[in-house]
This record gives sequence, structure tokens and C-alpha cells, in this order.
Amino acid sequence: MAKVLLEMKSITKTFPGVKALDNVNLQVEEGEIHALVGENGAGKSTLMNVLSGIYPHGTYEGDIVYDGEVCEFHNIKDSEKKGIVIIHQELALIPYMTIGENMFLGNEQGSKWCIDWNKTYAEADKYLAMVGLSDSSKTLIKDIGTGKQQLVEIAKALAKNAKLLILDEPTSSLNETDSRALLDLMKKLQKEEGMTMIIISHKLNEVSYVADKITVVRDGSTIETLDAKTEQISEARIIKGMVGREITDRFPKRHDVKIGETLMEVKNWTVFHPEFAERKVVDDVSINVRSGEVVGIYGLMGAGRTELAMSIFGRSYGIGISGTLKLRGQEVTLKSPKQAIAEGLAYVTEDRKGNGLVLSNSIKTNTTLANLKAISKATFIDKDKEYLVAEEYKQKLRTKTPSVEQLVGNLSGGNQQKVLLAKWMFADPDVLILDEPTRGIDVGAKYEIYCIINDLAKAGKSVVMISSELPEVIGMSDRIYIMNQAKIVGEMPASEATQENIMACIVGVGGESAAADNKGGEA
Amino acid sequence: MEGNNIKNFLRKYMMLIAMVVVVIVFYFLTGGKSLLPQNINNVISQNAYVFVLGTGMLLCILTGGNIDLSVGSVVCLAGGVGAIIMTKNLPWPVAFIAMLVMGLLVGMWHGFWIAFVKVPPFIATLVGMLAFRGLANVIMQGFAYQVEDKAFLNIFGGGDSCYVPDFLAGIGPESSINKTCMIVAVLVAIGYAIFTFINRSRLIKKGYKVDSLISVIIKTILIVAVVIWLGYKLANYKGIPTVLIWIALVLGIFAYITSKTTLGRNLYAVGGNEKATRLSGINTKLVMFSAYTLMGLLAGFAGVLNIARLMGSQPTYGLGYEMDAIAACFIGGASAYGGTGTIGGVIIGAALCGIINQGMVIANTPPNYQTVVKGLVLLVAVLFDVIMQMRRKGSQKNAEAKTEKGGAKA
Repeated sequence: MAKVLLEMKSITKTFPGVKALDNVNLQVEEGEIHALVGENGAGKSTLMNVLSGIYPHGTYEGDIVYDGEVCEFHNIKDSEKKGIVIIHQELALIPYMTIGENMFLGNEQGSKWCIDWNKTYAEADKYLAMVGLSDSSKTLIKDIGTGKQQLVEIAKALAKNAKLLILDEPTSSLNETDSRALLDLMKKLQKEEGMTMIIISHKLNEVSYVADKITVVRDGSTIETLDAKTEQISEARIIKGMVGREITDRFPKRHDVKIGETLMEVKNWTVFHPEFAERKVVDDVSINVRSGEVVGIYGLMGAGRTELAMSIFGRSYGIGISGTLKLRGQEVTLKSPKQAIAEGLAYVTEDRKGNGLVLSNSIKTNTTLANLKAISKATFIDKDKEYLVAEEYKQKLRTKTPSVEQLVGNLSGGNQQKVLLAKWMFADPDVLILDEPTRGIDVGAKYEIYCIINDLAKAGKSVVMISSELPEVIGMSDRIYIMNQAKIVGEMPASEATQENIMACIVGVGGESAAADNKGGEA
Repeated sequence: MEGNNIKNFLRKYMMLIAMVVVVIVFYFLTGGKSLLPQNINNVISQNAYVFVLGTGMLLCILTGGNIDLSVGSVVCLAGGVGAIIMTKNLPWPVAFIAMLVMGLLVGMWHGFWIAFVKVPPFIATLVGMLAFRGLANVIMQGFAYQVEDKAFLNIFGGGDSCYVPDFLAGIGPESSINKTCMIVAVLVAIGYAIFTFINRSRLIKKGYKVDSLISVIIKTILIVAVVIWLGYKLANYKGIPTVLIWIALVLGIFAYITSKTTLGRNLYAVGGNEKATRLSGINTKLVMFSAYTLMGLLAGFAGVLNIARLMGSQPTYGLGYEMDAIAACFIGGASAYGGTGTIGGVIIGAALCGIINQGMVIANTPPNYQTVVKGLVLLVAVLFDVIMQMRRKGSQKNAEAKTEKGGAKA
């Protein structure tokens, strides 16, 4: 049995009025990759904040035993001295600084009064090689993609002499290739450097790929620790631990939904990038959706799905848009989101904090923002009506909040998503385009969102669901479009769809479209 | 929970409490002079422009912390136009309308560049600050103009009899008190109390959450007391200054616009998240344009009040007014990032500035120190906001943990 590097003993952390952590125990052996899973708000991040000293010693009960001694961390510097380094979900890099400068920020090389830049960059290159990044350490952060930025974060941690690396949802903003590369790097560090790692993740397939042990946290307590080395752990098994019950059907079925006439039809839709005007981000796309139907658009990040959706929604993205759009059989030209909404279109963004919600406003005002007309007379808002509307949707979507006056910024991801959906449902559209409707929310909330989608279909609406999660697309859609490199590369009814033949569509056409790109370049 | 309530109370009414403290401090520093009826009257009439400009500035700040640097110059320009028209012996309503139109046009000019051409507001209005000051000099050719139209002066708060006449002087017992003023104050107080309780019972009937009865009663009693006290003080001087009516009118209209209309809602939404607002089908450019247009209109109106009070116009009038307006907003709790702030805050901010200014004058503080104090007051006010924000973030995390935990269990 390997040496226990870290032991957290009966950690209890209380915020005024609520126990965030209740008697949590965690044991991490040297050289293992330990996964921490649980629903949002289960207490994973709180636990890691206790460990890294963000919540200083004295604000919690219990002991942290690290490397054989009881530790009392008062801030992050204390824990970093011991070699515990945390990489947060949101990258902490400065875009207009070089990789090297970022890596040694706060840990500058050279003497106190004079930074030794040669040493900085030499050291930086050494660690970059370790994480398998070939870019020069003098490259600006803004010039490399998020996947590489995540690697820089790891290199930065290594440069701090990390012995225990904590990664908080490291792949949440990465595409599948980059995610896989990152997970492989973790395995490599484990094997070659003997690094001990704790990974927090929502993506269970990644967890079972990379982890040696899996600890499930629920409601502020550790439920169980599963050993992946001795037995095969299925995703269903992990989910059971997370939600405390078995979710037999992750995707609720739709019954008695009548699929009617075509509500939206897009033909030969082409969109160019707003900054690189010669780049096509959507290339000759034709799709349609009928009433009562849920159409999935699957594609990897950067395939042009969001660009397609936003350009349809009143040209809110892109330039040089061409193609025809028919709503309820009538050809329309939508020049602004305002017009699009008036024509019965709604776009529920993937970026709920950036493009979807006004976080500093209440649930109530967010709910009515896209359809203020319905609750006001000649620009005077009827506040009673507004309150009732917000209450109605709160109950309908089962948004968990003490009151609709609550600021949206205070809600959890799943509940924010519900407010966003409520806002667009209240706008009463015929066609809803949902862009990654379940991104970053937990299993239980996902199920509820699926039920809402089913209700919308039942009510005769058309739903276009954009997603990069294959099981979700297959489980929820009636029909699936597959999008890759700005084009629709396949269409199939959900009954025929499998993960394999969808991926085949993407892989199969890769070479072909590259050739088309070249042709475009010559022309 | 008890501690939490007190914290919330402090957070909500901190500036009000600060104002009371400041009033009391100056009362003793000046040996009671600061609360003489005449001085209270002066605080109102001297700072009328801060209330009006602060209201407009709030609209701009709401849209995302954008400020309008040009308002001082616009006050001067509009005032100049009005004064020149009146010296040409045209009737005052012509001048009045011309001044408002002047302000409106300037506002539209700024709004156009800022909203549609996307010139950063700071730069667009810096341009306005320079250009309109220059233009004011050009049309006045560097001269001062007298305004002698008695009706104009009286209506807009200048000259000797810029008070609401005492209609009720002959009725009832003989006394030196302005009875109209006193009765109006009492009526306003009673009206406010009745409105509060009718509104509350209406809300209860509909099943909404309301504040506890005791807190509502205490709040109402305090407000009623302040209104009657203010009325009594003014009644002991010359009565209601006409300019107070204009201030009340402007504040009332814009309090309504910001809290009850779609335009108001849109201002807050744009400041909170412009992209999300645009994607909600709201014409954010038009919202931005409206904010600056209304600011211009209010600057024009401040020009009217300004030349009435000073009984004329000079090319140097309005210098530094923009800073007073901005300070009033921030002291009143508007966020420098936009999206939060209320007219109520502007009232408190402007009043606090005015009280401190006047208190220092009466207490014979050397003028050079007065501006130092003014600056520090702004810092303290904003500092307070920043600290509260940090605290709020801390408690937000707790609340989040709380709701989610509750949710997970459900």
C-alpha cells in the first residue's frame, strides 16, 4: 500500500446558517489521480478551498494531515509552500503577457530588485516541454487557444514545485481533442513525475478514464470512495452515488406528440466571420424543423453551430449573410433580434452569463426582459402582472429560489438556466433554438431541463437543440443534423443514430471539406 | 438572523444615517446656525442644479458607468441662449423653450456619437465639454447678460420673490409663519402616509411579501416628521421656494421613469449586461441614445434654473457642475459599472454634498480646505460601496451554498 500523502479528517465548514461541509473525510495516496465528483453545490469546491487555504485555518473544524504532519494554512501562499497547487476552473492568465511572464507571475526569477528574464524564459521552456507544449515561452497568452492555455496553467503549477495538483473542472471549456490531450498529460505526469492529483469534474467519462479513485460528495458529506483500480466503475454507478438514487432513464420519453407542418426552414445559409471577412463560418447550410419536433444539431465546438443559430436569430452574428429563411411557410428577412422575436423565434444562448442574463437584476426582471410589451401598457410596466408572470414560471420550471426578487447572479447554474428558459418561454416563440441548454449543470437539473424541452414539443413548438454531448443529442432528438467545419455533414432520424455513425459523418467528411477550403482559397 | 437584519438595515440606509450625522455635526460646529430657516432654504436653492443634473447623470451612469462631462458647458450654453433671447425683449416662454431645445439637441448630438458611432462616452462628452463651452463664449462674445424678466425669475427661483405666495396669509390667526407652506407640508406628509398604507394593504391582499408593520410605521413616521419639520423651517422663512417645486417635479418624473417604465427597465438592463439585452430584442442603441438625450434636456433645464438664480448669464457659469452631478450619483450609491442606482440615491447624494458645502461655509472653513473635504467625502462614499460589495460577495457565496444545498436535498 502506497503512502498516504493527504488526509483530510472530519472537516466541517459552516457558513452562517448552513453547513457546507459536514464531517468530510478524504484520503489521497501518493502518486494517484483522485477524482472528486458530485452535483453542483455538493461541496467539492468548498473542500478544495479549505485545503488550499482560501478558507484559512480556524474557519473550519477538523484536521488536514499532509505528508505526515498536521497543517494550518492561513492563505494560498502557505499551501503552495508545501507543494499544494490549485488550478481553478476559470483560467487565471493575463492575455497580453507572454507565457513565461504568466508562469512566473508572483514567483519571479532573479533577485528581488531585478528580474532575470533569461532565466525566466529558460525555466519556462523547461516546464513547457514537460507538459508537451512546443510554443515558445515568449508567445502572448492571447495568441494560443484555450486548450494550450490550460496546459500553461499546469506548467505554471509545476514551476511552483507542485507535489499535489488540484484541477477544478479543467476540461469544462475544452473541446474533446484538447480534453483528451489534457487527461493524457495527467496520466503522463503521474507515471513520469509521480505527481499526485485531485481532479474535480462533471464529465463522468473523463473521470472513469483518468481516475484511480473516485470520491463522491453529496450534500456536504463524502458518500463513498470507489476504487477504480480493483473494479470497473460504470457511469451509472457514479451517478447513483451522486444523486442518491438510480436515474434509470437519463432522457425522459415524449408521448403522444404530434409532429406537424414545417415551422422553420433555412436554405443555403452562408455566413462570414465578422473579423476575417473571407472566412466562412457557416457554409451553405439547409435545415428545417417542424412543429412538435425536437431537432438536434450535433457538432464539436467551433463547428459553426452557434454562428448558424445567431445569424438566423436576427443576424446577431456574422457578416455577408446569404440564404433564405422561411417561418411558417413565409419567407422573412430578419434584421435584428427584435424582429426575430416578433416573428416567433427565440435563441437561448450557450453563454448564459455573458449573453443571456442580466446578473445584477432580479429573476423577475430577467424573466420579462424579452417581452416587456406583454406586461406593460404604453411603456408603463404593470408590476403586479410582472410579479405574477415570474411566479408562474418559477413554479412551472421549479426554479429553486426563495423569491423571484432574488438577483440572478446569486443562483446556481441550473437555476440560472431555468430563468433563461423562462425568459424565452414567456416571449412565446414558435421556434426555440437552444444552444447547449445543459452545459455546466448537474445531472438532476439536466433531467428537469429535458422535461421542459419535452413539454415545449408537446405544446406544438419547434425545438432546435444544439449540443456537443452525443448521448444527449441521441436521447432527446427526433432528428439529428451533424455539423462539422461550417457545413452540415449528415442528417438522420434519432432512431438510426448511434455514437459511431455520427462520429463517422464527422470523420468521413474531414478531408473532403479541407479540399473544399483549398479550392475556396484559390478562387 | 438578528445580526443579519441590522447589517441589511445599515447597508440600505447608511448614506441616510451619514447625512443625519453630518447635519448634527454641523449643527454644533456652527452653533446652530446651519439649521436656521434661511440656511435650509439656501441649501435647496443653491443646489437645485445638482439635483437636476444628478438625475440626468444617473441615467448615463446606469447604462454602464458612462458619465457626461459636458453638462457644465451645456448649462452655460443653454443659459446663454436664454439670456440673449430675453435681452432681445422676446417673451420668456420663448427663451424657456429655446433653452430646453438647445439642451435636447446637444443631448441628441452626444447620443448620436455614443450610441450609433460608438465613440467612447468619456471622449464624446469631453469633446462636448470643450466645444460647447467655446460655443457659449462665441454666442455671448465674452459678455455677461442680465435677465430682468420678473415673471421668469420668480417662476424659476431667482430674484426677491421666488417663493410660492402665501395664499392663506389672511385666513386664521395672525402669525409670521407662511401658512401655505405649512399646510402643503402637512398635506404631503399625510398623503404619503395614506399612500404607504393603502399600497401595503393592497400588496397584502394580493399575497405579496411586505415589510413588517413596525418597520413600515417607523419609516413612515420618520419621513412624515422630516417633511413637516422641513415645511416648518421653510414656513418660518419665506415659504416654499419655487425651485423646490421644479426639483420635486424632475425627481418625481424620473423616479417614475426609472422604476416603472420599459425605458427605465432597459437602462438598468443595458448597464447590467448589454449583450444579453440586445439579444432580448431591445434596441440598445436607442436606449443609450435616450439616456444622453434626456441628460441633455435636463442640462438645458438646469441652465434655466441657473440663469434664474444668478439673474443673468456669463461665459464662466456652470464650471465644474458635471463633477457635482457625478459625485451626487456615486455618493448616492450608483455603481461605477452601471446597472444599479436610484433617484432616491441621487437625492441623498446631492443633499449630502449641499449640506457639507454650506456647513463648511458657515463654519468658516478656509475655501481651499473645502474642496479637499469634498473630495474625501466622495472617496469615503465610494469606499463604503466597495467594501459592501466585497461583503456581499462573501455572503452571496453562503446564500448560494444554502440554496443549492436545499435544492440537492429536495
